[in-house]
Amino acid sequence: MITIKGLRKAFGDQIVLDNLELEIPAGQATGIVGPNGSGKTTMIKHVLGLVKADEGTITVNGTKLNGHSDYRSQIGYMPQMARYPENMRVSELLDFIKEIRGVEETSEDELIELFELENELHKPLRTLSGGNRQKVGATLAFMFNPKIIILDEPTAGLDPKSSVRFKKLIREEKANGKTILLTTHIMSEIEELADHLIFLVEGKVRYDGPMSELMNLKQEDRLESAVAKMMEEAA
Amino acid sequence: MKTMTILKYQWKDLIRGKWIIGYALIYLLLTDALIRFGGTGPKAMLSISNIMLLFIPLVSMIYGVLFLYQSREFIELLLAQPLDRKSLFKGLYGGLAIPLTAAFLVGVGVPLIYSGVLVSTDAVSVAIVLGLGALLTLIFTGIGFVFGLRYFDDKVKGLGFSLVSWLLLAVLYDGLILLLVFTLGDYPLEKPVLAISLLNPIDLARILVLLKFDISALMGYTGAVFSRFFGSGLGMSVAAGCLFLWLGLPLWRGNRLFLRKDF
Repeated sequence: MITIKGLRKAFGDQIVLDNLELEIPAGQATGIVGPNGSGKTTMIKHVLGLVKADEGTITVNGTKLNGHSDYRSQIGYMPQMARYPENMRVSELLDFIKEIRGVEETSEDELIELFELENELHKPLRTLSGGNRQKVGATLAFMFNPKIIILDEPTAGLDPKSSVRFKKLIREEKANGKTILLTTHIMSEIEELADHLIFLVEGKVRYDGPMSELMNLKQEDRLESAVAKMMEEAA
Repeated sequence: MKTMTILKYQWKDLIRGKWIIGYALIYLLLTDALIRFGGTGPKAMLSISNIMLLFIPLVSMIYGVLFLYQSREFIELLLAQPLDRKSLFKGLYGGLAIPLTAAFLVGVGVPLIYSGVLVSTDAVSVAIVLGLGALLTLIFTGIGFVFGLRYFDDKVKGLGFSLVSWLLLAVLYDGLILLLVFTLGDYPLEKPVLAISLLNPIDLARILVLLKFDISALMGYTGAVFSRFFGSGLGMSVAAGCLFLWLGLPLWRGNRLFLRKDF
């Protein structure tokens, strides 16, 4: 479980996160939605320790974040844009992160098979297409069997076949009791995958609760219309 | 431990990138040419150090800045792993600064060996020139890192400040001091000028070279003051001590920026 209390962050004059209070439930998939620039990625980066909070506390599975890095061994992260050292080969990158994490046993092979990366393994990362780079990012996020999986716009560059496989993988991991945190602009994806929804506008939480409740509340049967309605209300 | 892992992979990546080999080759060609045309005497070492004083700060600083900008997403990926920022900073810095230093040492060192300069010139002079080149590489890669981290989201600014500081420190510095001396010639200026030259690592390295080779005609104003004030033995140790301080400063500052930075 991830608990966020009174989280505040400003970049210069611009307040990006304003007194955020959130509980991200364990063993479920939580979708974070919101307009561009609403603070979704910044919030995720706080949980990862990439960005330091001005105020507030974050607790990840009982560990309060205070600059230490060990808690991140429980987290797998797939960034929005994946770029790696140009001349490193895919297999070397995977080995590198394994060494950094100090983990030998991984589900690397299954993931490579799932994403059909076998032929890319010995190519330098700079020659990979955007979609294949995303798949490498996904492999890195899942291969260490982490308790928490954070995915920032994961399917943006994937072809339909990989996207379907990827979503199936997420459902399987969820069934295994993993906590999944996901941002995307594709509402159907959230509908398919998420149990819990967080709606952010200008750094404030507008909705935080089960998906089903939101639909009832807004009297819509499609998530897209419910979210669109909330965005209009917020504007 | 984790720093070593980062170093290992970065070096591999750099060598595959080939430009670092090109960088070493440039030194090799330049040194070879200087020895061919200038002979194997101390004059050759002096020409090499002149090129080094101009070239190393520029390349190291620009590469320090560019390297950080290029590694942005990769830094993010690594910081999302159970890896502390201190180890990552050490790994990133060492991953660039050490290969750059090695490229310089190999590029200059190889022609010195095969042309016999190493035998004909006294070993201390050669060691001083090579040591200064290494030190300048380490210092200016560090300064490049500081600019890169300070202006992480504004590449034009980061590169701009690097270029301007290079121009100031490597090209304009002695001229500006001369101008100062010219305008304030009626006052006792030796001590202030001495203090000012301690503020410039390139000037410090230049003074060290000139004191060692004892060529007062080429010393410029600051070198002359330095030489007279300290006599060459003490002068050299003070200059060397200041250079080491100069190595610590950007690394300390860079590390602090890196620890606090929002990525």
